[in-house]
Amino acid sequence: MELVTEALSGNRYALARLISCIEDDGTDARASLAVLYPHTGQAHVVGVTGAPGTGKSTLVNELTKVLRAQGTTVGVVAVDPSSPFTGGALLGDRVRMRDLAGDPGVFIRSMATRGSLGGLARATANVVKVLDAAGFAVVLVETVGAGQAEVDIARTAHTTVVVEAPGMGDEVQALKAGLLEIADVLVVNKADRPGAAQTARALEMVIHRNAAHPSSHGGTDDNLWRPPILKTIALDGTGAPEVLEAVAAHREYLQASGTWAERERVRIETELRNVLQQELLDRLLARVGEGRIQAWVGRIAAREVDVYTAVQALLDT
Amino acid sequence: MSERLRILIAKPGLDGHDRGAKVIARALRDAGMEVIYTGLRQTPEMIVEAALQEDADAVGLSILSGAHMTLVPRVIEGLGEAGLDHVKVFVGGIIPDEDVPALKGLGVAGIFGPGANTQEIADFIRRQLTEG
Repeated sequence: MELVTEALSGNRYALARLISCIEDDGTDARASLAVLYPHTGQAHVVGVTGAPGTGKSTLVNELTKVLRAQGTTVGVVAVDPSSPFTGGALLGDRVRMRDLAGDPGVFIRSMATRGSLGGLARATANVVKVLDAAGFAVVLVETVGAGQAEVDIARTAHTTVVVEAPGMGDEVQALKAGLLEIADVLVVNKADRPGAAQTARALEMVIHRNAAHPSSHGGTDDNLWRPPILKTIALDGTGAPEVLEAVAAHREYLQASGTWAERERVRIETELRNVLQQELLDRLLARVGEGRIQAWVGRIAAREVDVYTAVQALLDT
Repeated sequence: MSERLRILIAKPGLDGHDRGAKVIARALRDAGMEVIYTGLRQTPEMIVEAALQEDADAVGLSILSGAHMTLVPRVIEGLGEAGLDHVKVFVGGIIPDEDVPALKGLGVAGIFGPGANTQEIADFIRRQLTEG
C-alpha cells in the first residue's frame, strides 16, 4: 500500500513499480486497485487505434507534444502484441516517442498483450486507472495494430481516435463492420501521400451511413455526434492540434449530452461482467483440476462425448 | 521481480547502425522476454528515464562507436541516481578486450562482441536475473 501512496504523491519509480504489480496481477494488485480507485475518474481517456503502420505511435507523439504545450499532463499506455508461441514481445512504440523524453509531465508505459485478444492487454484498463489516479489529465491508449475486430478500446476510452492511411483498402473495406463503427474521431494520416483525398471521401460516405443508424453510438437523433474526418501528417505534426480540438469537442459533447455518464455505466458493467466471468472460471478450474480437464479432452477427442456434455459434467462436479 | 522479464534495449551515442540491437531484441523476444526497444541516438538520460518508466529488469546497450567508456559509466551512474541499482546492465558491440575489465569494474554484468551466440546471450541474461 506504501507503493500506492508514493505513486499518488508523484514518485515516478513507485508509479512504474505499481504498474508492474497491477500488470502481473500480483498479491497486492487487487488491494492496490481498491485503494487508488476513489482517485480515478478524473482523466480524459483517449484511445488511438488503427491498422499496423498507419502512424499511431507517431501521432501519439505529436498529440502529446501539443497537449504539453498547453500545459496538460499526459500518460501514455502503448500496447504491442505478445508472441502466442513464446510469450515474448517486442515493444517498439517508444521509438516514435523520443521527443517526449525528459518531460516530467509525461509518463510512457509499454505493455504486451500477454495472450489477450481485442487489441489491449487484460490489465490495460487497470493501468489506465493507475495513471488516472496519479493525476495525468489525459491518458492516451495506443492499441496494437488493429484490424476489424479489435474494438476493446471503445469500452476503455471515453474518446476513440481511429487512424487510417491512404492505400489501405477500397471502400468495401471501409464498409465492413468493425473499427470505423467505434470511431469518435477519424484521422487520415500520411495526408501528403497519393490517395489521401480518396480515402477521406470513402470514409465520409461510410460515416454518413453510420450517422443514419444512431444505434452504434447511443444518444438521441437530434444531438448525435458525427465523427469528424481529419487529415494529418504525423511525421511533422501537421493536423495534430485539429485532432485535439476534435477530441476536446467530443468530450464536451459527451458531458453536455449525458453520454459521458452513460458510457461510464456501460464500461463499468462490461468490466464487472468480465471480471466476474474470469473469477468464476478461475475458481471452477481450481476446483476441477488440470487432470480432469485433460481426461475430458481425451474423451472428446475420442468422440466418446461431445464438448457440451463434458462441460455439463465439469460444472456438476 | 515480475514473472516476465522486461529488458530495455537501447542504442546510445550517434552511430546509426542498429542491426545488432535489433537482432538481440528479437532473440530476447524469442526467448520469451518482453523487450522494450527504444531505437537510435538515445542519451544516457533518456535510457535511464525509459528504464524507470518501464520498470525494466535489465538494460542492454549496443555501442559500435567506440564511445562506450564515456556512455556506459553515465548510464550506470544515472541508474544509481534514479534508485535503479538493481537493474543489470549488459553491453554489446565493438568493445576492445582492454576495456572489458574497466567496464566490469563499473558493474556491467555482461559484454558481448560480434560473434556472440544469441541463444547464449538470452540464457546468460535469464540466469543473471533469476539467480539472485
